[in-house]
Amino acid sequence: MERHILVVFPHPDDEAFGVSGTLILHAENGTPITYACLTLGEMGRNMGKPPFANRETLPLIRKNELEEACKVIGIKDLRLLGFRDKTIEFEDEEMLADRIGAIIAETNPSLIITFYPGYSVHPDHDACGAAVIRAVERLPLEKRPTVHCVAFSKNCEQEIGQPDIIRDVSAVIDKKLASIKAHRSQTEGLMQGAAKRGGDAFTWLKTEYFWTYKWEKAN
Amino acid sequence: MQPINVEEVQHALNRFANQDVYLHLETTNGAYASHHNEGFFSAGAYIRNGRIRFSRGKIVGEGPYRVGLKLDLGWVYAEGLTDWILNEKGQLLLAGHDYEGKLAVALQLSREPF
Repeated sequence: MERHILVVFPHPDDEAFGVSGTLILHAENGTPITYACLTLGEMGRNMGKPPFANRETLPLIRKNELEEACKVIGIKDLRLLGFRDKTIEFEDEEMLADRIGAIIAETNPSLIITFYPGYSVHPDHDACGAAVIRAVERLPLEKRPTVHCVAFSKNCEQEIGQPDIIRDVSAVIDKKLASIKAHRSQTEGLMQGAAKRGGDAFTWLKTEYFWTYKWEKAN
Repeated sequence: MQPINVEEVQHALNRFANQDVYLHLETTNGAYASHHNEGFFSAGAYIRNGRIRFSRGKIVGEGPYRVGLKLDLGWVYAEGLTDWILNEKGQLLLAGHDYEGKLAVALQLSREPF
């Protein structure tokens, strides 16, 4: 059992698709989880289906959705870091690592979950993962928490190999789907499409994949 | 938001003319466009809280609509606009939603920074 899990992602709903099953299982075991979410997804293109949000109402709507998703998952400590969607890669890297490093120092996690830098498609994902790795690399090797990364770029398996953690989360799939549905403005269209297709439309959500980050340099 | 009514939007545009106003302008096809379709060339741009002053603003088209704002030394332009709202803060929000309801373009004006 983990002592404490720190999740670091840039957008509300990043936690839902790829890792919420894992988080639900940990939460049900009593492991405390802190979620540091860098932005409110202010620049999302999805506005609901049919649209019920607009560019200016979206941030508050997504904040409420995120709080609801955390309730479903069992995340009791949500930190909103206040950066703006689509700008993470332009921020000062040291400052980002400072912000994340402070949360690591405070919560002392045994496991951190984030995106694999360079293999996570969205520039915010890659910059978020890079900031986490930078923050953890400041710690001496023996003090570093384990980091499990999510990767999904087309070339990821070719370059970083197969994920070393493959977790069946089908036991908590209903809760996982509820966490995805909590992000209504972003997932309504997707869920409608999946419901229409029926059958095995949700099968891919029953397995979660992680790459344990391998440290290149020791301090 | 509601489907654009040209007369009402034109009236709202007129009320922002000849004064310093703040502009939010964006186009986007989403960060996943090239991931889902490798042949797709992903492009987009946005400016938030650009301070501008225009002497003439006009909405044209049969829908989706186009809006042009004539500045002292240049232009602001957006196409693909489908919906609008004048919100409780008096901000004029214009957006273009694609066939799936996703935001593809936004042009917004406010007297105070967004």
